[in-house]
Amino acid sequence: MSNKIAERVKGLKGSGIREFFDVAEQMEGAISLGVGEPDFVTPWSIREACIFSLEKGYTSYTSNWGLLELREAISERTYRESGVFYDPEGEILVTTGVSEAFDLALRAVVNPGDEVVLHEPSYVSYKPCTVFAGGTPVCVETRVEDEFKLRAEQLAERVTEKTKAVVLNYPNNPTGAALSRKELEEIAEVAEERDLVVISDEIYGSLTYGDNGDSGERGRGHTCFSSLNGMRERTVLLNGFSKAYAMTGWRIGYAAGNRELLEAMMKIHQYVMLCAPITAQKAALEALSPRCDCETEKMVEEYNRRRRLMLAGLREVGLECFEPKGAFYTFPSVESTGLSSEEFAKRLLLEEKVVVIPGSVFGACGEGFVRCSYAVSQYEIKEALERIGRFLEGLEGGGRGLRGEGV
Amino acid sequence: MKEEEKEVLKVLEENARLSYGEIARLVGVAGGEAGGEAGGEAGGEAGGEVGGEAGGEAAVKKIISELEKKKIIKKYTVVADWEKAGVESVQALIDIKVSPERETGYDPVAERISRFPEVRSVRLVSGEYDLSVLVEGKTMREVAYFVAEKIAPLEQVRNTLTHFLLKTYKEDGEIYGEEEGEGKRLAVTL
Repeated sequence: MSNKIAERVKGLKGSGIREFFDVAEQMEGAISLGVGEPDFVTPWSIREACIFSLEKGYTSYTSNWGLLELREAISERTYRESGVFYDPEGEILVTTGVSEAFDLALRAVVNPGDEVVLHEPSYVSYKPCTVFAGGTPVCVETRVEDEFKLRAEQLAERVTEKTKAVVLNYPNNPTGAALSRKELEEIAEVAEERDLVVISDEIYGSLTYGDNGDSGERGRGHTCFSSLNGMRERTVLLNGFSKAYAMTGWRIGYAAGNRELLEAMMKIHQYVMLCAPITAQKAALEALSPRCDCETEKMVEEYNRRRRLMLAGLREVGLECFEPKGAFYTFPSVESTGLSSEEFAKRLLLEEKVVVIPGSVFGACGEGFVRCSYAVSQYEIKEALERIGRFLEGLEGGGRGLRGEGV
Repeated sequence: MKEEEKEVLKVLEENARLSYGEIARLVGVAGGEAGGEAGGEAGGEAGGEVGGEAGGEAAVKKIISELEKKKIIKKYTVVADWEKAGVESVQALIDIKVSPERETGYDPVAERISRFPEVRSVRLVSGEYDLSVLVEGKTMREVAYFVAEKIAPLEQVRNTLTHFLLKTYKEDGEIYGEEEGEGKRLAVTL
C-alpha cells in the first residue's frame, strides 16, 4: 500500500520518539511531566451549561462562522483585554481548536514555495502544517541565552523576498518563554518593514506570571500582538479555550483578523469542517461569562505556585533552568549530564519512572534540554523532583560519560 | 492585608502541613526561591542563594505567627471522612426560632448555645428560623435528647426543627468520593 501514500505525507518524518511515548503511556507508577494540558477538569459551570444545551436540544450545525453570540462574546473579551476590536460578523471565526485555525491561516496565505518563518523550539505541528500548505518552513533557532525569545534581528536575517508569514507563539510551548511588549514591538517593526503576515498563536496568553520578587513587574502581563501599532491588519490572532479554561478535549478555538483574510480562512473551513461542534460552542460561551473569570484566576495562581516549586526544585537538584514566564512548562538544560536529551528522557523513564519530553522533539535547537510540565499536582512535582535528583546522583556515581552509548 | 499574607493563607488552607520552606517556595516570598524543606537530601546545595532560602523561611514563619496572633488563623484542622474511617457519628442541623431580647438581640442566646461542646456551629440566618445550629453526637438518641433537654427549654427558644444529616457530598469545598477526571489524561501530549 505504501506506493499509494502521497509523497507529501511520506516525506514527513515519523517521530522515532513515538515508541518511548508508548512505553510512558503504559508504565505503572510513572509520574508524567510530559503532559501538555491542564490537570484541572473544566470548571463545573461550563460543563453544566453544556449539559443544559444538550437537554434543550442544541444538536444542529451552526453558522460556518460559529454561533453569533459566541463571536460577540469573543469580540467583547478581546476588546476588553487587549483593546483590539474585531467585528463579530466577518472578523472572527470559531474553529475546532487552535490547531484547525492554524492550519486554515497557513492554507489561506501560503502559495507553493512561499516561506514561513518559525521560531524553534516550537510546538510540533507548525512545521508539518506549513509543509501541508505547500510552504517552506524556515526555522529560526532561539537560544537559552535569550531565554528562548525570538529576537527581531534574528527574524530580519531570515526574511527573504519569498517570505510570506511568520509564526509567533508566545507564551511558548515548549520553553515557557514570554515576550515583553517592547520585544514584540521590535518584531512588529520587522513585520511592517518586510510586509509579513503574522500568525500569532496566543493560546497560552492567559497563563503568564510576572511576579513580585522575581522581575519587579507587578501583575500579569500578556501583550496581544494585534494590539501593537499597525499590526491588526497583518495579524491572524489565534486563541482558544483549552489552556485558560482547561477545555482541551472540547476542541474549540478561534481566529480573529483582517476581514479578507478571515473570509479566505472561512472558505476552507466551510468545506473541511463546516462548523465547530455546537456543544463545545455552547460551553465556550459560558466560559466567557464573567462567572468563569475567577476559575481561570484560581488556576493561574496554582500554576504560579507550581512554577516556583518546579523551578527551585530543578535548580536544587542541579539542572540549570531559566525562569519561564508563561504557559506551564519549564525547559531545563540537561547538558551537564553528558546525555542527549533523548537519552536523558529514556533513562529517566526506565530508571526512575518520570516522563519528560526531550527538547529535540521541538526542533534541533531543543537538543540538550527537556520539557517538564508543571500542569501536575504539587505532590507529583515534589515526587518527580526527588526521583530526578536520585537519577542525577546515580549518573554522577558512574553513569557520567555515557555519552553516545544510548539505552 | 498584604498579597503575600493572602497567598500564604491560600496555600495553608489547601495544605496546612507544609514546612515554612515549602510555603516560601510556593508563594515566592522574598528570598524563598531556593527555599528547601527540612531534610531535603540534596545536601550539596546547587548554587548559592543559601541566605535567600533562610530568608524566605524566616519571612513565612513571621507572616504565619502574626496571622496566628491576630487570630486570622483560628486553628489548624483536618477534613476527615469519618464515615470512611468507620467511626460512627450522627449530626443534625437544628433550625431554632428564638425571641430576641431588647438591646442585646440574638447574641445572648446564640452565645449560650455556642458553649455546648455538642454544638459544632451556630449561625444567625434569615428566613423562617433564626439560628442554624449543627449538633453532633454518637447516636440519634443522644442528639435528640440534647435538643430536647438543652436547647428547647431555653427561655428565648420558641421552636426547633431537627434535620438529621444522612449523607455528605461536599464539605469545606471538598467533594467527597471519587476524584474528577482522575487518570483520564494521556501521559504524553506535545
